[in-house]
Amino acid sequence: MGIRVQGLVKRYGTVPVVQDVSFEVRTGELVALLGPSGGGKSTILRIIAGLDPADDGEVWLDGARVDALHARERQVGFVFQHYALFRHMTVEQNIAFGLRVQGASKEHQRRRVDDLLNIIGLRGLGDRLPAELSGGQRQRVALARALAPEPKLLLLDEPFGAVDAKVREELRRWLRRLHDEVHTTSIFVTHDQEEAFAVSDRVMIIQQGRLEQAGTPLEILDAPATEFVARFVGDVNVLAGDVVDGRLGLLALPVAGSGPMHVIVRSYDLKFWRADDGVAVVQRVTPLGDRVRVEAILDDGAAIFAQFPRRSSLLTGIGAGARIAIEVTHARAWPARALPGEHKCPS
Amino acid sequence: MSDTARRSRPLGIAVPVIACVLVYLVGVLVVPLLALCATVLSNLPEVVGQLTTPEALHAMGLSLVLAAIALGINLVAGIAGAIVLVRQQFYGRSLLDALVEMPLALSPVMVGLGFFLLFGRTGWARPVIDALGLKVTFAFPGLVLATTFVTLPFIVREVGLILKVQGTSEEQAAATLGASPWQTFWLVTIPNIRQGLELGATLTVARALGEFGAVLVLGGAISGETQTATTFIHASMEERQEPAAYGMAMLLAAAAAGLLAFLQSRRRR
Amino acid sequence: MLLRLGFGTYVSALVAAPVLAILYEAFAGGLPACIAAITDPVAKDALLLSLGLSAVAAVINGVMGTAIAWGLVRWALPGRKLLSALVDLPLAIPTLVAGILLVALYGPQTGLGRVLGGWHMDIAFATPGIVLALLFVTLPFVVRVVEPVLAELDPAEEEAATTMGASRWLTFRSVLLPPIVPAIAAGTVQVFARSVAEFGSIAAVSGNIPHHTLTAPVYILGEVEGGSPGSAAAVSAVLLVLTLILQPVSRGLVQAAGSRRV
Repeated sequence: MGIRVQGLVKRYGTVPVVQDVSFEVRTGELVALLGPSGGGKSTILRIIAGLDPADDGEVWLDGARVDALHARERQVGFVFQHYALFRHMTVEQNIAFGLRVQGASKEHQRRRVDDLLNIIGLRGLGDRLPAELSGGQRQRVALARALAPEPKLLLLDEPFGAVDAKVREELRRWLRRLHDEVHTTSIFVTHDQEEAFAVSDRVMIIQQGRLEQAGTPLEILDAPATEFVARFVGDVNVLAGDVVDGRLGLLALPVAGSGPMHVIVRSYDLKFWRADDGVAVVQRVTPLGDRVRVEAILDDGAAIFAQFPRRSSLLTGIGAGARIAIEVTHARAWPARALPGEHKCPS
Repeated sequence: MSDTARRSRPLGIAVPVIACVLVYLVGVLVVPLLALCATVLSNLPEVVGQLTTPEALHAMGLSLVLAAIALGINLVAGIAGAIVLVRQQFYGRSLLDALVEMPLALSPVMVGLGFFLLFGRTGWARPVIDALGLKVTFAFPGLVLATTFVTLPFIVREVGLILKVQGTSEEQAAATLGASPWQTFWLVTIPNIRQGLELGATLTVARALGEFGAVLVLGGAISGETQTATTFIHASMEERQEPAAYGMAMLLAAAAAGLLAFLQSRRRR
Repeated sequence: MLLRLGFGTYVSALVAAPVLAILYEAFAGGLPACIAAITDPVAKDALLLSLGLSAVAAVINGVMGTAIAWGLVRWALPGRKLLSALVDLPLAIPTLVAGILLVALYGPQTGLGRVLGGWHMDIAFATPGIVLALLFVTLPFVVRVVEPVLAELDPAEEEAATTMGASRWLTFRSVLLPPIVPAIAAGTVQVFARSVAEFGSIAAVSGNIPHHTLTAPVYILGEVEGGSPGSAAAVSAVLLVLTLILQPVSRGLVQAAGSRRV
């Protein structure tokens, strides 16, 4: 089902948490709401589900305005951050709850529960209580429970926030597959960019209650619309200072314009190589699995870091204390102004 | 953000339920309290007159003395009991635990009866106390006994709860730092259980001031001798001296409210 | 070890001795005498009245206490603290004073009492007064047991039920209620036990009319004062046995209520 929100506003007291957010999600899409914690993502999700009332704005599901509908009438599947499984009900009873509410026949309930137990790989555990399951299992039961009534829209609030890293990765792949199999439209909230990019068709970046940018993962990575997005996505250097003739301090930068700027350089848009007439000295080299992180200090005191593939030829001769030359292959600049709610990054 | 959001929810604002709760609380608690206040205030001079008689003042003083004694005894016994019940494992511990809770469940009249049977004219313990030259029934020691009995559980329970939560790691740390058991007790244990002590002590005093059934049976409520604040109220009602009864009741209610307010103020810190 | 012995002796002397004295006295005249004392018409009616009115109080405060606990946990409005303090008040107010309050409100010579009396609705010195007294005195019990259990429930469970289309009533019945049932039961048992034992407030408000408003504890007092400790002990023994049964039941339920918390 398609969903459209228009001009959503939500305040707690005088504190605005959602400020004029509008977007559309097409039928069958899997969309991530990505942003720092406390940015209003969950609130948007809860407004769509009808769990929180909006102060202003409209929510449309499948072409019909639903603001006046109670959460129980919207037929939206919701997966809660900490599972919210009914603790006194077995796995089966949990999954069957939505069907029971609809008055589905016992036979239908049983078939659907069996199907879902198979899909989530928990066959045979139907009579366990939630307390007897692992975190990952509980999360899958929560998903199955939300899917049982066959909602056309599935909303997931930090669905993998409470499980450990390894399980999270597995669940992600599984969610993507499930989404494609059951033909639902899904929106999920996360603060983990890797998760958002790995799973979703489109990503919406939410910050301080505003929609900063909506686009495919590639669009977000390659064409960040705002300085916030550029800073938030990926590992970045933020260089602040006066840009004159394409130079900032000791560095040549492929950016247009001049004057006081914030220049954002991704850690993989840099080249370091050993050069005795270079402009910086390596401080530290840290292996990170398949990549290596190199931190250096420019002769004018600014810090900069880059990441290279483990076996990259660029790493030859680079170690702590080595003098290096630097080439910035890609950068983006914004006129300098303090970002709302952010401290100045020392760089 | 989501924590604030948690405040509105499906069963969140069930106005009829809240309304029922308020009506119930007002009807059962607030209106009777206000009725007493109104009665007393509308009749203030007479109330003051009847509360300043020697008998009334003696009753008040006696209640305060009894509360102080019960508090003293139960501070010592209560801390000791909490330590024994929480920190020690022994055969019969759960029996002892149940015995400590017993005074909360027993009717105060039965408490009076039990001691009466022990120390009364034909009581088992009569030879002992006679030999000691003591008088328990219809006398001060009986009142002390009754008050101490009904207030026994409070300090044990509240201190015990805190001891259970805290464990013994701090005491062990003190020991490794060379503290003697006595030093450990005063410097580590007592400051740690302070909150429980305050709560338990407040409840002890409140219960002691308000004890009625046991001191009535055991003390006999002899005016000017064994009559406490509560038995004074009882006697005043029977003698149709309502102003005296209402006045003393209001004093006790005010004391109770004061004790609760004290607790609230301590809890907030 | 010394501490244990000392405290054990203290509790035995202070608590166990009088309890044993009551049991001994109750059966000193043999079982038939004991049964006769209990089945004496006045004694029997007093016991039945105590049990009946206590059951009424337990049911009312079971329901209302749960509602109050729910209000205290979920009510985000100002005034919650005052409400909470109000609920604690009966713990501190002497029960005799609770009875006096009701007499001051409903007594025959008060304005309200006269009006109600004109409609033949006696509250003071009648059974409604006793029930009101019991409700006052036992108000905090259910609230204080249910409140912490309720506070630990995740409201998201209720929201989950709602997003699946469950009505308010179904959500309450199938999601909110089951986890707190042991706590409600524990509180209700405590209300009942405490009500059966209640003396002070009833002594003030009931009028103590045999067969009508004379409860078991007041009957015991009358027997002691009337010089028949034997029958007082016999009725006491009944209450004692009840206590010995209800205390562990309540404890078990409190434990069950706690262990349901995940």
